[in-house]
Amino acid sequence: KISICTMASRPESSLPPELYYDDKEAKKYTQNSRIIQIQSEMSERAIELLSLPEDPTIRSSLLVLDVGCGSGISGAALTEAGLNWFGVDISSSMLEIALENEVEGGLARCDIGHGLPFRAGCFDAVVSVSALQWLAYSDRSTANPIRRQRAFFTSLYACMSVGARAVLQFYPADELQLQLLLNSAMSCGFTGGLVTDYPESAKARKHFLVLDTAGTRPMPAAQDEAGGRHSTKQQQPMRKGSKAWIMRKKEQYRRKNPDSKALPSDSKYTGRKRKPRF
Amino acid sequence: IFKISNMKLILHNMLTSAMIKGVKKGYPLLLRATKVELQPVEFDAGFVVHMLPRLDWSGVTAAVQCLNQLDLLQDPLPELPPTVPDDYANNEDFLRKAHIALMQLDVIEGCLVCPETGREFPIAKGIPNMLINDNEAA
Repeated sequence: KISICTMASRPESSLPPELYYDDKEAKKYTQNSRIIQIQSEMSERAIELLSLPEDPTIRSSLLVLDVGCGSGISGAALTEAGLNWFGVDISSSMLEIALENEVEGGLARCDIGHGLPFRAGCFDAVVSVSALQWLAYSDRSTANPIRRQRAFFTSLYACMSVGARAVLQFYPADELQLQLLLNSAMSCGFTGGLVTDYPESAKARKHFLVLDTAGTRPMPAAQDEAGGRHSTKQQQPMRKGSKAWIMRKKEQYRRKNPDSKALPSDSKYTGRKRKPRF
Repeated sequence: IFKISNMKLILHNMLTSAMIKGVKKGYPLLLRATKVELQPVEFDAGFVVHMLPRLDWSGVTAAVQCLNQLDLLQDPLPELPPTVPDDYANNEDFLRKAHIALMQLDVIEGCLVCPETGREFPIAKGIPNMLINDNEAA
């Protein structure tokens, strides 16, 4: 029996989510206690990062959106935290499990890559656990991942109330995917950025997009191995001419021209700041 | 905390078909319910007060009228004023009526219809299906 952590390929590279999460796959989310535990912990952490008032009377007056609510694990955490919520997911099998679990949130089925089907200003907060990486892939010739990301983040911004925060945990396959998603988010009006818990461990690290709709709120502290908290360096979207931008451009060139020897290989000098010579 | 997995009028009121290409507003979605249920839900005045300003109230009253006309319930939903009263935050009588309409009426089966394109979104087991095709997307 293959456990999730030794899976050779990522689910997103095989099928789109509405096909991947069929009844058989969805069943894991009722039976695999390790999946449930990890998803629950990330849900609790996402709710913590929302930094909502602790007062239960205030919390019970708020409405939260759960993006990619799936079988309702994150929804259960929201209910536990005293919050009302609506959840959206693309998979009917997963939503079926959510119904069996008798979740206490309103549910709707949709494809977030087409834009969320909500009016402006509906939600006081937004969470998402392990859903956004699905926006990085597309196997259909008509669908452009970047266009889908923009449609999602634009509609997300619109359906959040003024001053609301979205905390979106996701699993990027690589640095490029992470930067593309971060760039898409930040180009749609949000302030904020990326918070990465346990950044030193490839296995343990968890990425959270923390997006605010108004003003500049201080970014929450990330968690590290020792259980301590430290201010994470807020990852800015790539500035043109920055080292990260140069690396991305070189990578793009390599992908398109795999046999070309024209590009200098990467070294410690790549993208290094040069002394002003004027 | 409310048991709200079936589509209630508060969710209906927030849904829109604006992700469809060419749709300007996309709400209120026409409500064609075929199976509904009244469910007791604990009244939380704070929640109703917090939600009221973000609701499209004419959409709420239209949905209530539509449901009452369909005559699917033993007792009709309480009649709501055409506009939200100015003193809504302290008007418990109004808040309780709004609560019944928004939180206690479950739409189990039926469909929602885009007011601009006529495109239908089915509701099954209390879950509206807002999926559209790639070529419909904006």
